[in-house]
Amino acid sequence: MRLRRIPLVIGAIIVGFAAIVAIIGPWLAPHDPFVQDLGHRYVPPAWMAGGSPAHWLGTDGLGRDYLSRLILGARISMLIGVSTIVLSGTIGTTLGVLGGYFGGTVDAVVMFIVSCRLAIPLILVALTVVFMVGSSLAVVVLTIGLLLWERFAVVSRAVTRQVCALDYVAAAWAAGCSRTRIILREVLPNIAHHLVVIATIDMAIAILLEAALSFLGLGIPPPLPSWGLMIAEAKDYMFFTPWVIEIPGVALLVLVLGINLLGDGLRDALGARTDR
Amino acid sequence: MGRFLLRSLLLAVLVCLTVLIISFALSRMSGSLAINIAGPDASPEAVAKIEHELGLDRPLPVQFLDWANRAAHGDLGSSYLFHEKVSSLIASHLPVTLRLGVIAIIIAIVVAVPLGIVAALHEGTWIDIAVGMVALIGQAVPGFWLGLMLILWFGVDLHWLPIAGLETWQGYIMPSFVLSFVAIPVMLRLTRGGMVDALRSDYVRTARAKGLSRIAIVVKHALRNAAMPVVAVSAVQLGFILGGSVVTEVVFNVRGVGYLAWESIGKGDFPVIQAVVLLFAVIFVGLTLIADLLGAVLDPRLRGG
Amino acid sequence: MNPPTLEIEGLRVGFGAMEAVRGISLSVARGETHCLVGESGCGKSVSALAVMGLLPPGARRTVRRIAFAGEEIGQLSERQLARLRGDRMGMIFQEPMTSLNPAYTIGSQMTEVLRRHRGLSRGDAAERSVAMLDRVGVTAPAMRLGQFPHQLSGGLRQRVMIAMALLCEPKLLIADEPTTALDVTVQAQTLRLLARLQRDLGLAVLLITHDLGIVARVANHVSVMYAGEIVEQGSVEALFAAPSHPYTRGLLDAIPVPGKVRRGDRLGSIPGIVPRLAVGFVGCPFRDRCAHAAPVCAVEATRQEAGGEHVYRCRLPPGWWREAA
Repeated sequence: MRLRRIPLVIGAIIVGFAAIVAIIGPWLAPHDPFVQDLGHRYVPPAWMAGGSPAHWLGTDGLGRDYLSRLILGARISMLIGVSTIVLSGTIGTTLGVLGGYFGGTVDAVVMFIVSCRLAIPLILVALTVVFMVGSSLAVVVLTIGLLLWERFAVVSRAVTRQVCALDYVAAAWAAGCSRTRIILREVLPNIAHHLVVIATIDMAIAILLEAALSFLGLGIPPPLPSWGLMIAEAKDYMFFTPWVIEIPGVALLVLVLGINLLGDGLRDALGARTDR
Repeated sequence: MGRFLLRSLLLAVLVCLTVLIISFALSRMSGSLAINIAGPDASPEAVAKIEHELGLDRPLPVQFLDWANRAAHGDLGSSYLFHEKVSSLIASHLPVTLRLGVIAIIIAIVVAVPLGIVAALHEGTWIDIAVGMVALIGQAVPGFWLGLMLILWFGVDLHWLPIAGLETWQGYIMPSFVLSFVAIPVMLRLTRGGMVDALRSDYVRTARAKGLSRIAIVVKHALRNAAMPVVAVSAVQLGFILGGSVVTEVVFNVRGVGYLAWESIGKGDFPVIQAVVLLFAVIFVGLTLIADLLGAVLDPRLRGG
Repeated sequence: MNPPTLEIEGLRVGFGAMEAVRGISLSVARGETHCLVGESGCGKSVSALAVMGLLPPGARRTVRRIAFAGEEIGQLSERQLARLRGDRMGMIFQEPMTSLNPAYTIGSQMTEVLRRHRGLSRGDAAERSVAMLDRVGVTAPAMRLGQFPHQLSGGLRQRVMIAMALLCEPKLLIADEPTTALDVTVQAQTLRLLARLQRDLGLAVLLITHDLGIVARVANHVSVMYAGEIVEQGSVEALFAAPSHPYTRGLLDAIPVPGKVRRGDRLGSIPGIVPRLAVGFVGCPFRDRCAHAAPVCAVEATRQEAGGEHVYRCRLPPGWWREAA
C-alpha cells in the first residue's frame, strides 16, 4: 500500500525543493546572475574538462554564472506558476461554480465562454498580447493567468453540479440559507480537493507556456534568467556546448514532472479522480 | 440527432464569430500599428497618412464590419510586410502545418492506444506503472527543448535526420514527433482508463460468461467501448496540436502557418495575425464538431434511437 | 442414475486477508433448482462466480472438488473453462441494464455465442436466436435482433439475457439474483419463464437470491448461507417445515405472514450485520448475533442432521426449537 504513495512523496520533495530554492536560493547563489564576465564565456560545468569550481555549472554566453542564473530562474518559474494559477483559478472557479450552481441560461453562457476560450489558439494570442503590451514578468503573469482558466472552469462546473445534486445542498436551501452562503459553505469546500489537483496541472502548464513564450522572445525579458530564455540564448551555440541548453531543459523537466507527480498523488490521496 | 447537429453547428458559428471579434479587437488595440509600418523615425504626419490609407482612423465597429464583410467574401486583407494577400499567404503555408498535424495525431494514436490497452490489461503491475511514468514524463518535457535535443541527437550526433526543413520526408519525422508529444499523455490516460472501466464492466463479465475468446472480449467488447471517447478526443487534440504548432515550426524552421504567425507577430503584421487566429479557431471548432459526430456514430445511445 | 449436474465440495474464495467463501458444498441435480439464499455480503454471488471461473484477478480459489455432469472441472485452464461457459454452463446476472454491451445490437451479441460454440453461419445463428427469443416470450423477436440494448426495458433485457444464456442448451444455468432489479410484476413473469424453460430443457438451476419468497416458490433444494458458510441445507419442504439453524429461523421470522401478524406487532429482525471474516476464523460465524450462543460456539459449530439430507451447523440439537415454543 505504501508503494502507491511514492509518486506523491517524490513530487512533494521536488516541488518543496524548488520552492525552497525559489525563496532563499538567490541569496545563497555563488554569484550575481546578472554580472557579465566576457573573459570567461561558455565555461563548461565543473565536472567537465575546462570547468572550474568557481562556476559549478559553468557560464553562459555573456560570462554570467549559470548556477546562479538557474537558481533565479527557479524563482521565476515558481512565481509564474503560483501567480498564474491564483489568477486563473479565481476566474475559472467563479465561472464554473456559477454555471454549475445556477444552471440554465447562466450555465449556457458559461459553457459558451469556455468554448470560445478553447477555440482560441492560446500561444498565438499570448504572443500577440505580449508583443503589443511589451514583455515583462507582470505582463506574462497577467496574460497566462487571464487565459489559462478553462480547466478550472470545466472541472469546477462538473463537480459543482455533482455536489448540488446531493441532498445536503437541497437541505441547506430548504433550511433557508442564502445562495451565497450555500456556495461558500457547502459547495466550495467540497470541490476544493478537485481544485487543488487542477491547480497543479495548470501550474505545470503555465510554467511550460512561459518557457515557450520566453524561448520565442516574447515572454520574460532579458536579462532575467527565465529557463526558456536561457535555452533560447544558448540555442545558437548548442552544437558546440550542448550543456547550455541541456541544463535548463532538464530543470524544467524535473520541476514540471515533480508538479505532475504531486498532482497525481494528491488526486489519488484526496480521492478526486473524475476520469481515472 | 439532426437537431443536435444543428445546435452544434449554430454554436460553432457563434463561437467563430466571437473569436473573430476578439482577434480583431486584439489587433486593433495596439496603437503602434501605423508607427510600426512607418518606422520608428517617421513623422506624425507620415504616420497619420498611413493610418488613413489603411483605414485605421475610422471608428472600430466600422473597421470590423468592413473586415468581416470582406472576410466573408474570401478577402482577408493584405499583409503589411509581405505585400501579398493574406489569403494566399495562408494558403501557401497551411498544407505543411496540416500535414505535420495529421501525422502527429496519427503517431499519437498509434503510440497511445496500444500502450493504454497494455497498461489496462496489466493493471496494477509494473507494466502499468512504467506506462504511467512514460505518460508523466511525456507531459513534463518542454516541446521546444525536446525539439532542440532531438536535433542534437539525431541530426548532429547521429546524422540520421535533417536538422531543419522539409525537403525530404525524413524532415517530417522529428517535428511531427514533437507535436505528437502533447497529445500522447492525454490519449494514453484516456485509453487506459476507458479500458480499465470496460474490463470491469458488467457487459464484459457477460461476455466472459458466454465463453467468448480473449481477443473477442478485449477487442470486440472492451476496446469498442473504451475507444469511443478516444476517437472523439483525438479530433480535439488535433485542434490543440495545430493551434500550438508555432513553437515546433520555429524550432525546426518549418514554414507553416505557425511560423508565419510568429513572423507576423514579431513585426506587428496584424492582418495576418488576425486571419491566422481566426483560421485556427475555425479549424478547432470544425474538429470539435467532427468529434461530436464521431461520438454519435460510435455510440448508439447518442443517436437518439 | 445420472450424476448431479453440478457438485461442489469445499469451495473457498479469498481476497487478500479476508475470506468471502469458507468451504461450501452443494450439488444440483438435473432438472432441479437449488437456491443459495442469504443476506448481502454472505458470499453467495462470489460462490457463483467461482463456479464459472469468473472471479476478478486477485481472488484466490481453492476447492476440493468441483464436478460438472460427473467430470472434474476444478483444474481446467481458463481456455478450457471458457469453452464450457456459454455452451454447457450459462449464467445470468442481477443487472440487466448494464449486462449487455451498449455498442452492439442484440442480434450481434446473441449470434456471437452460437458462432463461437457451434460454428454456425451468421444466418443460421440469427434464426436460432430469433427462435430462442420467441421462446422466452420476447415480442417481435426478429425486430429485436436489430435493436440496441438501450432501446429495451429492463424486463425485456433480462429475457434477452436468459435467451442468450440458453442458446446452446446448457445443462446448468446459474442465475445470480435474476429478478432483484425488476419490477414485482415482471419478477413473477420471469420466474415462471425460468421454471418453464427448466422443465423443457431439463436444466439444473443454481439460483442465488436473498428473497425467501422466491425460494419457497421455485426451489427444490435450499442452502442457507451466512458469512461465507452454508449454515443449513436441505430440501425446501424439510427446511420450511423444520428450520433448525437460528439464522434460518431469524430470516423466516422476519417475514410478516398475513393472519399471524397483528397490527402493532414488531417485525422480527436479526440485530447486527454480516461480518467479513479473515482467514483463520474458527467457530460459528453467527455467534455474535445469535440469541443462543454459548462458549463452545467460539470453537466449533457441529454438523447436525435434522433428518435425511437436511443438515445444519449448530450446537443446538435437532428439534431444539420445539421446546422453546
